[in-house]
Amino acid sequence: MTGLDLTVVEIVLRSAAVLAAFLVLPLLVGQMEHKVMGHMQGRLGPMYAGGFHGWAQLVADGVKFIQKEDLTPAAADRRLFRIAPALALVPYLVAMAVVPVHPGWVAADVPASALFVLVASGVSILGMLVAGWASANKYSLIGGMRSAAQLLAYELPLVLAVASVCLAAGTLSLTGIIDAWSPVWLLWQLPAALVFLVAAVAELNRPPFDMPIADAEIVMGPFTEYGGLRFAFFLLAEYAGIVLFSVLFAVLFLGGWRGPAPAWTGWLWTLLKALPVAFLIIWMRVAWPRLREDQLQRLAWLGLVPVALGQLALTAVVVVAL
Amino acid sequence: MTEPRKESRNPFSAARGLLSGMRTTARTMTRPAHTQQYPDERPSLPPRSRGVIALREENCTSCMLCARECPDWCIYIDSHKETIPAGPEGGRDRQRNVLDRFAIDFSLCMYCGICIEVCPFDALFWSPQFEYAEVDIRDLLHEKDRLGEWMATVPPPPALDERSADPAEVAAANRPARTAREPRAAREPGTVREPRAPRPPAAPEADG
Repeated sequence: MTGLDLTVVEIVLRSAAVLAAFLVLPLLVGQMEHKVMGHMQGRLGPMYAGGFHGWAQLVADGVKFIQKEDLTPAAADRRLFRIAPALALVPYLVAMAVVPVHPGWVAADVPASALFVLVASGVSILGMLVAGWASANKYSLIGGMRSAAQLLAYELPLVLAVASVCLAAGTLSLTGIIDAWSPVWLLWQLPAALVFLVAAVAELNRPPFDMPIADAEIVMGPFTEYGGLRFAFFLLAEYAGIVLFSVLFAVLFLGGWRGPAPAWTGWLWTLLKALPVAFLIIWMRVAWPRLREDQLQRLAWLGLVPVALGQLALTAVVVVAL
Repeated sequence: MTEPRKESRNPFSAARGLLSGMRTTARTMTRPAHTQQYPDERPSLPPRSRGVIALREENCTSCMLCARECPDWCIYIDSHKETIPAGPEGGRDRQRNVLDRFAIDFSLCMYCGICIEVCPFDALFWSPQFEYAEVDIRDLLHEKDRLGEWMATVPPPPALDERSADPAEVAAANRPARTAREPRAAREPGTVREPRAPRPPAAPEADG
């Protein structure tokens, strides 16, 4: 299926489906984080909003965010300041459009979708950079610089890990990767999977890699000056990123929709495989302390990059030898 | 763990630390939360909780000890004296104090409990009742009728420990009654106590 023979109605429907997933799944992950984090800390988490175990807490939060005043600092670069949340949020929406969840279910089946996803998620980090620069705030600037350093350090192992999978599958298309996947990959590509997971968490600026927004030292990093809906967009971008990278992990390393069940349950398998990954990302946040900036760089350059390069070499040798 | 040391460069010990963090959080998650859902569920407070100070008005003699001992002077007492006329068979008029106002300003009170400790007539008690928040800080000045309402919430005093000494009242009641002293003339002459020998002079201190 090429992207050229779609009717307008089809395009609209597909876009609407992606948008719906984009608006619902991050909320589910956010709610899961509330509850999982609560119980891991011996609390209950939200219990009142919506009546049953606080299921509507994030809806209530959204309503609250909408009511808040939209502030722009006087010294800020107004246009950049206002556009930064969109710059952080929209790339994830775009990236989600090319991730296949079911045989034939992909909003835009582009040939090099693996590359496309990486590029789009890389653009999202620029949102934090722009926010850090445009806020005219020292904490925002420090956070933005840390974010840039982190982007440089962790984009490389991320790309190398995906490159290993693409090399193994012989294609840059995510759909093609799923078709080429076999259970042996679980072992063969395990180092790449670990590197991808760590780099993805770092990409999302989530603990233990939340140095750019470390609230105990630089307030909230690039988000310091933001409030209301624009701040909510940054939060939504974070959770949309969790969804994207969890699904991407399932697609790249766990075989996506493939599972021992009738073909129509494909999308269910994708979600079922992505869910533990999202849970793991939340779990890391609860259990682990924040890495210092030098530890963060050390881990990337002395740990992840060599492992990813080794994996790439291993994959290449195996592909050529067989 | 026993001594401060530089961060471990050994990746295996680091991984062990990370795994133990995950194990701890996972174990906590599978156990019931410690939360009490307060407005729905009454908190189970220990018997000596310091919620509010209740007043048993009829025990108060307006002696003002509590007001004087209060570190931040949050107790207000007004009283006047009334004369009780003498009974029909002689005697004299007696005076007693009548309490007009007893108020505690809970916006100043620091819940030290000194007033309760110092009260010689058991007129003040701790009550575990804590739900008396007000919107206006001036509404926290509570008069004696409100303080008296809280007497209903005062729990009975907790039982004494297994082998503790008897409370003062019980010990006094159980003490054997003193035998009446015999008249002096009935004593035998030989038993008259001799005057006490003078104490030997204290040895001079060797302090030079």
